Amino acid sequence: MVRSSLAVLVIDENRIRASIIEAGLREAGHERVTVIHDVTGIARRIAEIEPDVIVIDLENPNRDMLENMFQLSRAVKRPIAMFVDRSDLASIEAAVDAGVSAYVVDGLRQERVKPILDMAVSRFNAFSRMARELEEARSELENRKVIDRAKGILMKSRGLSEEAAYTLLRKTAMNQNRKISDIAQSLVTTAGLLGPAEDE
Amino acid sequence: MGAEHQITAGFMPLFDSAVLVAAGELGFAAREGIDLTLHRETSWANIRDRIAIGHFHLAHMLGPMPLACNLGLTPLASETIVPFSLGLGGNCVTISNAVWTGMAAHGAQPDLDPARAGAALGAFIRERAVAGREPLRFAVVHPHSGHNYELRYWLAACGIDPDREIEIVIVPPPFMADALATGRIDGYCVGEPWNSASVAAGTGHIVTVKAQIWRNSPEKVIGVRKAWAEQNPEALAALLRALHHSARWCQDPANHAELAAVMAQPGFLGLPPAVQMPILTGRLQLGGGAERTIDDFFLPFDKAANFPWKSHALWFYTQMVRWGHVAHTPENLAIARDCYRPDLYRSALKPLGVALPGANSKVEGALKVATAVGATGAGLVLGPDGFFDGQTFDPDEIDAYIARQKSARAET
Repeated sequence: MVRSSLAVLVIDENRIRASIIEAGLREAGHERVTVIHDVTGIARRIAEIEPDVIVIDLENPNRDMLENMFQLSRAVKRPIAMFVDRSDLASIEAAVDAGVSAYVVDGLRQERVKPILDMAVSRFNAFSRMARELEEARSELENRKVIDRAKGILMKSRGLSEEAAYTLLRKTAMNQNRKISDIAQSLVTTAGLLGPAEDE
Repeated sequence: MGAEHQITAGFMPLFDSAVLVAAGELGFAAREGIDLTLHRETSWANIRDRIAIGHFHLAHMLGPMPLACNLGLTPLASETIVPFSLGLGGNCVTISNAVWTGMAAHGAQPDLDPARAGAALGAFIRERAVAGREPLRFAVVHPHSGHNYELRYWLAACGIDPDREIEIVIVPPPFMADALATGRIDGYCVGEPWNSASVAAGTGHIVTVKAQIWRNSPEKVIGVRKAWAEQNPEALAALLRALHHSARWCQDPANHAELAAVMAQPGFLGLPPAVQMPILTGRLQLGGGAERTIDDFFLPFDKAANFPWKSHALWFYTQMVRWGHVAHTPENLAIARDCYRPDLYRSALKPLGVALPGANSKVEGALKVATAVGATGAGLVLGPDGFFDGQTFDPDEIDAYIARQKSARAET
């Protein structure tokens, strides 16, 4: 590698996602990677790091502040602008969809930045997928818990077997065109209101 | 069953998105055959990007933002037009308790008078400069915003150079009060409820308001992707009618409780109805127990608040020139002149038989009292629309206005 390596700054309030990006950058051979979660004092940090590329998550409400600072702050020696490849609208869209954006110092060549943005986009997408799957698993677990409690209430108050209690819940859900977990939740809520049957 | 028009719009969680939000939530859009999908965003930059790549057909925007897009001042620009304004006024200037103490020593009163407050602030700033202290740091929400330009206008008219005598930084609205309380900034200009938030916390004083710096002045607008507007004139006209009905509803005090309840939902503003009352009533706590009711504090409908005056766009343009955001050239002036589209507003609303201004531009600051104006339809009242320093802006004399402000600055 004759070329000096690029200094990359990742600004992401989500620590897990930031570390996934950081790992990706290191795997791609970028050694000068800095991760910041909190933008307090960011101008001073940028003056210290002098990044060539800055990767930002688009959910960050400080984006307007950052864009303004990149252009104007005395701490920023070279103006930093959003990386936009006007010939490649699809890649711009992919980045916005993924929720990430890259800013580069004035004069940095496009082909050096593109792979970094592409990598960030794919890692952001992978993270979203992972978060979604985790959320689904969590809500599945929650549903199972509430169904178990509803079954318990039915078994106790109506003297049903576990299987019969479940069948009743399922039949009610089908008749009302609702999810079993919704029916179970209604039952648990109602039982709680009528109490004292259920112990919390 | 599907609606005739599918429209996707972006908005920021600020109270002045109310007309757009109510259009979607309270059925005004549906009654015009529109299926309106609203997307809450976290920054103006995101709104700009999503308009540019076509995710949004239109959005709640800062008044100068579409000009900045069309003038090439933003990285991902797409041509954006403004066929509707979302209201007049709504902002305040809030300062820290320490600055208030300093200003009070120089004659500031809790009366919101821009001239008196500005004179006291100027004296305090010079006192600090003599003592070798750091310049005060003020925050606004975006460089291309009504907030930035009205704050600068006020300061400059009071003899304070906003570039040399203070520092102006950008802070997102919900973080303003916290930044003030922790001393990261000394003052800010933002929409409600983020001014009352500092007063309620005991960490700030409201010193003046947009409605007194320039009464009946423009704030947020509906920015529309021009390519979409040209391809979908009927959908756009239907939306403008829906927004018109929504704005009329929002203005009516009888609906304020319901409007505040809609905006309080987590998907919109997400703040309790009580904190939305100051903007709806114009009754503000200023800090230290002082209270004032401000005429025309925020108007979502009255005084032709929704009409996209070309003179409003051109005033923003003169301020962009004044503060070095853009060069004054015939090409740029033409771009600024074409951005706001009263013609689209007028043609969409014509079938409703409502009062419409006859002109596209007016001399800003010329109306000293509320004035019934010659207009199509009945009962249109404009103004008063004065600048606090008594100046007027004649959009036919732009060169002279720009030159006057430039020479005033050179003298200081």
